[in-house]
Amino acid sequence: MMRDITIGQYYRADSPIHRLDPRVKIAGTFIYMVSLFFQKSILTYILAILTLVIVVKTSKVPFSFMVRGLKPIMFILLFSVLINMFFVPGEIVAKFWIFKITKEGMIQAGFMGVRLIILILGASLLTLTTTPNQLTDGLEKMFGCLKKIKIPVHEIAMMMSIALRFIPILTEETDKIMKAQMARGADLDSGNLIQKIKSMIPILVPLFVAAIRRANDLAMAMESKCYNGSDGRTKMKPLIYTKADKGAYLMEAAFLAVMIVLSVVSHKAGLSF
Amino acid sequence: MNIIKVKDLVFLYRKKDENGNITQEIRAVDGVDMEVEKGSFIAILGHNGSGKSSLAKHINGILFPTEGHVKVNEMDTRDESKIWHIRQIAGMVFQNPDNQIIGSIVEEDVAFGPENLGVPTDEIWERVDRCLKAVNMEAFRESSPNKLSGGQKQRVAIAGIMAMEPECIVLDEPTAMLDPRGRQDVIDTIHELNEKKGITILLITHNMDEVIGADKVFVMDQGKVVMSGKPREIFTRVEEIKSYGLEIPHATELAYRLRQKGVNLPKDILTREELVEAICQLN
Repeated sequence: MMRDITIGQYYRADSPIHRLDPRVKIAGTFIYMVSLFFQKSILTYILAILTLVIVVKTSKVPFSFMVRGLKPIMFILLFSVLINMFFVPGEIVAKFWIFKITKEGMIQAGFMGVRLIILILGASLLTLTTTPNQLTDGLEKMFGCLKKIKIPVHEIAMMMSIALRFIPILTEETDKIMKAQMARGADLDSGNLIQKIKSMIPILVPLFVAAIRRANDLAMAMESKCYNGSDGRTKMKPLIYTKADKGAYLMEAAFLAVMIVLSVVSHKAGLSF
Repeated sequence: MNIIKVKDLVFLYRKKDENGNITQEIRAVDGVDMEVEKGSFIAILGHNGSGKSSLAKHINGILFPTEGHVKVNEMDTRDESKIWHIRQIAGMVFQNPDNQIIGSIVEEDVAFGPENLGVPTDEIWERVDRCLKAVNMEAFRESSPNKLSGGQKQRVAIAGIMAMEPECIVLDEPTAMLDPRGRQDVIDTIHELNEKKGITILLITHNMDEVIGADKVFVMDQGKVVMSGKPREIFTRVEEIKSYGLEIPHATELAYRLRQKGVNLPKDILTREELVEAICQLN
């Protein structure tokens, strides 16, 4: 069950998108997401979808691979589409019992669905083309200025990257403990919700103990390798902007500008809804 | 020249009850004297709870002596201003390979130590190349550590220590969680580092077969060093070793039993080849 989670999955490929500085990609994703929330016209939707298609094509990540990431959020997607369809007031198309579907509702629901899908595809492209380590490195550098107000940016980034490294190890451990408890006659699958939650206790307790023990060992190993926080630390792979990165920043700015212009124009022309 | 000097070392573990009162004191290390010559290969033997791991952690400055002192390159481990230097000189490899790998890619993990030391970027790359080659893991440099076998992970951990350019490596039961194949790979690797790069090795183990190639062996029991000497001298004292809950190498064991049955074999047999040779010479 836990192996299906694709959040943070990295797709290994050699593409211009993969080679970009993580900071460029984080900024780009942020701009894309924000602009999706503020636009409301057909023209901007077309631009957003077109941009996504072009970026995905250059990233060499297969489209089918990306769509798989949509599966876990299918429920939320359907839910929000249905809510929109039934509860937006307007011209009634169909009606049964207390439910009524309106024309406005259907349009709204359709756009809502598209918006959510491209939003998630856009966001997943970030993790698909950036290794977790690059991602934490990028975040550390981007928020480096927060160090001045005593926020331990480096430590938080280090914690994130260690957590990411230990996810597969702890998943394996959970599997082992589950099997060990099942071999001792633990019943994990039957009963109602409360019984199921209760039956998780004999799995969680040893898992936590093991995790704490690992953390202790890891801390000792880090200390013995002279880890002493961020002071005086150098990097094997320091983040330095290249020409391509600067170009990408320009393109992101251009995208934002066009989005804003299109929104304003279509609002005046009455194309937005 | 002696790189490590341990003098009258005592280390107490204090067990406390809920109110913080000391209920029990355990002398994990109890009056150990030890000197390690630079460039030598030392093995420390002992069964579980003999204090060998606690001793190892003193050399790296993770634990501090309750009494006595530990000196690495003439620097006292209790001197806080020198602690980072001591940890760089005496690197440490731990038992569980999973719990000491920090990077999510092999090469990034090897780079972790030099990054902490503030080594310039170009030199980090050089060191990573060199150290991964030294442990025969250069083919895996871009792999995730999770996909490696135990022996491979342990070799990556050794490369990670090597990259800090230590003069001495302390290995705390590095093969305890490995299969026989991985075990042999790791032991071969550390012998190679000792011979080719002149790195002092302190191998802590309870596996006798790993001790054979060492220059000197210390046997520990209940926090004390009870035997010390060359492997060949140690293993002639079969009954004494067994009394400390340790086993002797298979070939030595077989020769010992044959000798008890009246077969005339020399006392200092350590390897299978030597045993075969001795048996062939009987008649």
